[in-house]
Amino acid sequence: MKPIKRMTQTAMALALMASGAAAEGDLVIYHWFEYIPQDLLDKFTAETGINVTMDTYDSNESMLAALKAGGMGTYDVAVPGDYMVKIMAGEGLLDTIADGELANKGNIAPEWADPSFDPGRKHSIPYQWGSTSFSVDSDVYSGDINTTDILFNPPAELAGKINMLDAQGEVLATAALHLGIPQCSTDREQLKALNDLLQASKDNWVSFNSDTAKEVLVSGDAAAGMIWDGFSAKAREEKASITYAFPTQGYVVWMDNVVLLNDAPNRDSAIKFMDFLLEPENIAAVSNFARYADGLTGTAEFLDPALATLPEANPHDGAGPGVFVEACDEATQAVYDQIWTNLKK
Amino acid sequence: MAGGAATGGSAAADTYKSARHWLLLPSWLVLVLVVLAPVCMMLIYSFLTKEFRGGVIWEPTLAAYDQFFFDRGLFGDDPPKIEWTYITIFWRSIWQAGLATILSLIIGFPTAYFIATRPERTRALWVFLVTIPYWVNLLIRTVSMKFLLRDQGPMNDFLISTGLIDDPLRIVNTNLAVQLGLFYSYLPFMVLPIYASVERYNFAMSEAAADLYATKWTTLRRIVLPAVKPGVIAGCILVFVPSLGAFLAPDLLGGAKNFMIGSLIEEQFKGNAGNWPFGAAAAMVLLTMVLILLMIFARQQRRAEASP
Repeated sequence: MKPIKRMTQTAMALALMASGAAAEGDLVIYHWFEYIPQDLLDKFTAETGINVTMDTYDSNESMLAALKAGGMGTYDVAVPGDYMVKIMAGEGLLDTIADGELANKGNIAPEWADPSFDPGRKHSIPYQWGSTSFSVDSDVYSGDINTTDILFNPPAELAGKINMLDAQGEVLATAALHLGIPQCSTDREQLKALNDLLQASKDNWVSFNSDTAKEVLVSGDAAAGMIWDGFSAKAREEKASITYAFPTQGYVVWMDNVVLLNDAPNRDSAIKFMDFLLEPENIAAVSNFARYADGLTGTAEFLDPALATLPEANPHDGAGPGVFVEACDEATQAVYDQIWTNLKK
Repeated sequence: MAGGAATGGSAAADTYKSARHWLLLPSWLVLVLVVLAPVCMMLIYSFLTKEFRGGVIWEPTLAAYDQFFFDRGLFGDDPPKIEWTYITIFWRSIWQAGLATILSLIIGFPTAYFIATRPERTRALWVFLVTIPYWVNLLIRTVSMKFLLRDQGPMNDFLISTGLIDDPLRIVNTNLAVQLGLFYSYLPFMVLPIYASVERYNFAMSEAAADLYATKWTTLRRIVLPAVKPGVIAGCILVFVPSLGAFLAPDLLGGAKNFMIGSLIEEQFKGNAGNWPFGAAAAMVLLTMVLILLMIFARQQRRAEASP
């Protein structure tokens, strides 16, 4: 019996030590890859004494799957995109932030204070926003790139050299813009046309890569590719000929948001972290790193001046509307899933 | 006979008889907890109703298997036809994994034979060299491979500078790249079991065959290969099975343009589809196929041992 007794004592000691550490403050973040500067996390720890642990994901859907498959209760905050905030709230995964809990909530820019995906900002604060479109290597093709024809009806120079994002929502939303049909359409003719368009375009696409969307353009594996604006700005720093397009048919706009998860093990730390990110100086550090726009007021003085004139963040006059990806209902989504499977079979 | 070792040592086997159950307990626990329990969970999930955006509803249904085998058109209300989509995906994966296995065998067998015929004191060094790539994470090795092979990468630069080719070889984002990636990832799994078999082989038998006027080819075919067959089969299984479910090489080197079994299943859990029962069903179909394959191998081996 003796060894067992000793084991129990050790376990109790460990448990005590663990809870002692929690009292000093921990924070567990579930975040996109390559999306927050380490300096900023260090600054948060220096200011609050809270230890930060971070896991990363590469798509909204994989984050949702991980949370639903037992990740709840592990993480305090996550950073879902617009439509995913709505889905997570609908699934009951998000905790409500009470009025007055966030001291800096007033810093949120008015246009982002009451978004359709989270009315009243009950669960979330703005993190970064930007657009999803595509970039073209202007050394390979010098014609007009501000049209979705680049992806779906490409010129000979680009055919067979296009990388698509491996993300159903953004690819199908862009295809819908190209056809001029609504997202989450239930019209059978429109859906057939969408299916046919993707089947016909597939031969022009060389790969589906999301996390290497920048790298394939810089390395020359692809001459054109779907990409997020900030990622494209980073690509341009490495290869000057990479040009971001704002098609006349329209483009996808997104906003990532920090949300408070239900069953957060360190709810107080999470609130402190959200308040920390609502300070203009701190969120500006994220923008300077990630090259996306923030959703706060008063950040201008802290931002890298180059961001104000960034060609990837400032659409030209002829650009079409920016639209959010929509979350379809179950029956409609089943058809879109089928179209996506047909594309990749 | 070379196969004699397998049945040996019955007296020694009794040494720990009294404690046997306790000593086996950790193995049983691991088997039940990390092998049987997850597989049973998958089996159960594959017969449940899908919850929208991931998760399951505890109502039994055959919907997942229906989706796998029957095509009801884009809108799900056409009369059912045989669904070729998933059969195509499975066939593509089997084909890729099969080619990678054959490639590994062609390179792996001579390598293993070479190592086993070195002087005893240098063999450990050769085996050690084979395992060196395993010190580096598979993801990094696969990315490095892409870097080497790409159109404007070092391999093409070198070939063009030597004047052997004028235009770069397009390898990245093709099936060939996937096969090379799988072959490279799993080659040691082919070399090591064959090496273990060849090392135990009694080369006096080859000499005896030569004395009886057998040609080198006949000796290889009728004496060496039958003796090392267990190692060859083990190697083939160890390469084929993980290749079948691989999704790293297809995604990174093949460009993820076409689903493989692994990426199809991944999409059901991590992608937009969020269809866990269907992912589980596809995994069960894969598991069944692999089990049947292994049973055929096992039966053949038993028959070979039973024959005089």
